[in-house]
Amino acid sequence: MTVMQHIWIVLGVLFVFLNIAAGLIWVERRLLALWQDRLGPNRAGPLGLFIVLADTLKLFFKEDWIPPFADKLVFIVAPAIVVASVLMGLAVIPFAPGIVVADLNVGLLFFLAMSSLGAYSIVLGGWASNNKYSLLGALRGASQMIAYEVFMGLSLMGVVMLSGSFNLTTIVTAQQHVWFVVTQPVGFIIFFIAGIAETHRLPFDIPEAESELIAGFHAEYSGMKFGMFFIGEYLGISLISAMTVTMFFGGWLGPGFLPPVVWFFLKTFVFIALFILLRASLPRPRYDQLLGYGWKILLPLVLVNLLVTGAIALWLRS
Amino acid sequence: MPLLFYISSVIAILATIMVITRYSPVHALLYLVVSFLAIAVIFLSLGAPFAAALEVIIYAGAIMVLFLFVTMMLNLGKQTALQEKEWLQPKVWIGPSLMAFALLAEMIILLLRPESVAMPFAVVTPRQVSMSLYGEYIIAVELVGFLMMTGIVGAAHIGKHKKKNLHRFLQT
Repeated sequence: MTVMQHIWIVLGVLFVFLNIAAGLIWVERRLLALWQDRLGPNRAGPLGLFIVLADTLKLFFKEDWIPPFADKLVFIVAPAIVVASVLMGLAVIPFAPGIVVADLNVGLLFFLAMSSLGAYSIVLGGWASNNKYSLLGALRGASQMIAYEVFMGLSLMGVVMLSGSFNLTTIVTAQQHVWFVVTQPVGFIIFFIAGIAETHRLPFDIPEAESELIAGFHAEYSGMKFGMFFIGEYLGISLISAMTVTMFFGGWLGPGFLPPVVWFFLKTFVFIALFILLRASLPRPRYDQLLGYGWKILLPLVLVNLLVTGAIALWLRS
Repeated sequence: MPLLFYISSVIAILATIMVITRYSPVHALLYLVVSFLAIAVIFLSLGAPFAAALEVIIYAGAIMVLFLFVTMMLNLGKQTALQEKEWLQPKVWIGPSLMAFALLAEMIILLLRPESVAMPFAVVTPRQVSMSLYGEYIIAVELVGFLMMTGIVGAAHIGKHKKKNLHRFLQT
């Protein structure tokens, strides 16, 4: 592949995913409204689509205020970390045969590394705000993300065992005959739960929990810095959905009447909609319930899953 | 990729110097994270992508977040920064820099030896790493497992607290 083709792929991925993240503002509000028997934003433009434009313009023109008591440098860096780490994670995802930014042989580990770096954004944002509620949100975020990273990594190892590779393209092609969601159902469920906790979406949005902590770690943020947290969250949803599709639902594979990329994005949108449905339907657990559930139920479950998968893989090979 | 190696080495050294000289513990930890990331790139440039990924996942992604977590819980304010400032007087640098100079001299002598060879470069795949971990070094892996089990048992013992009777609203 030539250098120009690489540059086009990088630009294309950036363009598509930043637009998906922005478009999700509208998608989420319309879908929530649908499930709550309302209309949602429907005035600006066709079907209310221009709400995205209006929201973005609003964020750009709001006063960007840094509190005088904040740690200025860390305060500015924190929102950038989440967007940067999620965009780096998107680099290893194969969208179709040949359309991948970096086809690493440790692609899966790279994704896990980038998602673990995303935790800094919450921790640093909450600490630098120098505000009690923000600090509480940051502490919750740190413990939640460390706990759920463990299961996230372990739940994917079953897939690695079956496909024999950390390379995401190999993992997708290993699902030619049967998707890994059939052979690894427990792994899929735990990965999805851990993914919700990693992106701290509802019902696991405990670091921001607006009814207890005002807005948690981003209480002091305004303007485009808040917008970066906002976009980072939507990018995180897209990344986790894309990852679920790649790992468990056969990535770009599908019947031949549609091109592979279309299959990939169709499947991804199903999971994005599932994220939004969870927000519309589930209440938020208490903080200690979340951590207890993780360590006492999910961790033993994922270890048993690994043990059984390993045993079956060995038995099949012998 | 010698250029990548030198750039990330310089970043790692600068970040580590910043770790030592910062007064605020959170800033020092942040520079330590930068240093770990730079070391991960060094591993990558030497052909060890698996080690690089683990460096980021475990050191930068887990251990440093825990450090940051504890530092935030202790909520060290201006007081500690002042204390750090007192500790970092110029005269405390004399001992460490003498020792560091000895190391530097040794390294320069080694580098200037006539029979110096180029750095060997070979990409080590995750498969090779796990083959040697679970083949050649299986005893070491098991011993580390024992050690971690001891740590977990100890932590569980320290963390155990007396049973309290909670109000029915607070019971899970």
